[in-house]
Amino acid sequence: MLKKKEQFMRLIFLFSACTSIIAVFLICIFLFANGIPAISKIGVFNFLLGKNWKPSNALFGILPMILGSIYVTAGAILIGVPIGVLTAMYLSLFCPKKLYRMIKPAIELLAGIPSVVYGFFGLVVLVPFVRNYIGGNGSVMLTASILLGMMILPTIINVSESAIRAVPSNYYEGGRALGASHERSAFFVILPAAKSGVFASIVLGVGRAIGETMAVIMVAGNQARMPKGLLKGVRTLTANIVIEMGYAADLHREALIATAVVLFIFILIINLSFSLLNRKSI
Amino acid sequence: MSTSKETVINNNKKLTSKSKDPVSLILRILVWCAAALTIMILFVIIGYILYKGIPNLSLDLFDLEYNTQNVSLMPALINTVIMTILSITIAVPLGIFSAIYLTEYARRGSRLVKIVRITAETLSGIPSIIYGLFGLLFFVTTLHWGFSMLAGGFTLSIMILPLIMRTTEEALHAVPDSYREGSYGLGAGKMRTVFTIVLPSATPGILAGVILAIGRIVGETAALIYTSGTVADIPDSLLSSGRTLSVHMYALSSEGLFMDKAYATAVVLIILVILLNRISSYTAGKISKS
Repeated sequence: MLKKKEQFMRLIFLFSACTSIIAVFLICIFLFANGIPAISKIGVFNFLLGKNWKPSNALFGILPMILGSIYVTAGAILIGVPIGVLTAMYLSLFCPKKLYRMIKPAIELLAGIPSVVYGFFGLVVLVPFVRNYIGGNGSVMLTASILLGMMILPTIINVSESAIRAVPSNYYEGGRALGASHERSAFFVILPAAKSGVFASIVLGVGRAIGETMAVIMVAGNQARMPKGLLKGVRTLTANIVIEMGYAADLHREALIATAVVLFIFILIINLSFSLLNRKSI
Repeated sequence: MSTSKETVINNNKKLTSKSKDPVSLILRILVWCAAALTIMILFVIIGYILYKGIPNLSLDLFDLEYNTQNVSLMPALINTVIMTILSITIAVPLGIFSAIYLTEYARRGSRLVKIVRITAETLSGIPSIIYGLFGLLFFVTTLHWGFSMLAGGFTLSIMILPLIMRTTEEALHAVPDSYREGSYGLGAGKMRTVFTIVLPSATPGILAGVILAIGRIVGETAALIYTSGTVADIPDSLLSSGRTLSVHMYALSSEGLFMDKAYATAVVLIILVILLNRISSYTAGKISKS
């Protein structure tokens, strides 16, 4: 009797462990089954490299959105990575313990703020700021990049910080023993040693930025045309899905799901390179 | 090891005393500025929203009825609670059980464990809009649930599953093996050991993870727009549509008609998230002390 109960619970645990496998499997099946036919109907090259997205004229080229996502993400990385890595350096090597206990929760909080609140902040603060002081109508690529740069900060800080902390202390001691100052040892000995962990944090930041949806929609302008510059509106892959899914039908709807397939493949590649980098750092 | 290094680097005032070399000075200023900027960003966001939003908080906003004159956030708040309960009820048992399997039952390094780890990692990297689209294709369309709380809840529960699995696994690993050995020594079976010895000692860690997951549910928008829909009323059943607070917030700010209400909603949302965040680290802090 007891044996049977043990066996039964074991099976339940085993089944639960399999749910994440089932979930990934289902997500892949449903996305690919609904998206791939559209890609073959439109034609792989017309779809991926087409410069025009005009669903009413049956033109489904997502190159503008692919470039939009890449540009906005690149901008976010340019802004977020230096600030994030330097903050991680500060937290792990420069910060007094008492201050650390106050700053660390603040960064956790930064990670916890919902993306719609970030988006709202961007809409009411960053958009007018860019419009008044930099140019354009405010809902432009630059604004989206700045906002995303802020949003990926906690990811970059946390992952980089643990990478920097994992560097053995004798590296630092060696640097000091050779006469380097605290700062020089930190930047020229410890940071290079933590290189692959810092890269991993950047890759994870790219994943967050490219997948971010609501915040970007609220500040990026969302014009479905080839990106024309920092001070012009762009549409990202994620924005394309959310904006048009509400009313799309037939091939248009399938083309949107195909857009998600492209995004999904991007994310899978990013995840893979993250786990490869992580393995190297351990 | 990290603590020993910290003591060397941070507590030795004489060693870290200011160097006069210009490169060191510049580097020091750089890290200070970066850290100050990060903290400033947080304070500007929270400060600005509280400053603009608190004057707009009024009792009307907490009316039970939503209509075009009074865009009350109360229905959305109630929907958020329903959505949270729904997703947590689905995801927490699954997450805890699968963590139990991985740490207590599975052979270390078995192929199944590896596959589960990889898929959980994959799940945690998938952006919420992809979850939303999957929910639309699977729960809403294929299972014919329509835009419903149920579809939203299931979608979110897949989304938070990896988070709960990971935090539970960490909490279970932190339980010393001597506890388990003691239990076996007294003649308890595997299942009994898990439920009466291991799980209770891992509770604070698991709880911290669950609260973190609640924070993600409360803040989620993209995964819900096309699964639970955007109807601004309290749903009659789990099969009707209802918007959560975040979706409500998005709807208000994209319509642009009730910006003052949007500020107030943002205040409620941010306070909720801060509270959940604090409770989570408080419960997590309890284990690291004990």
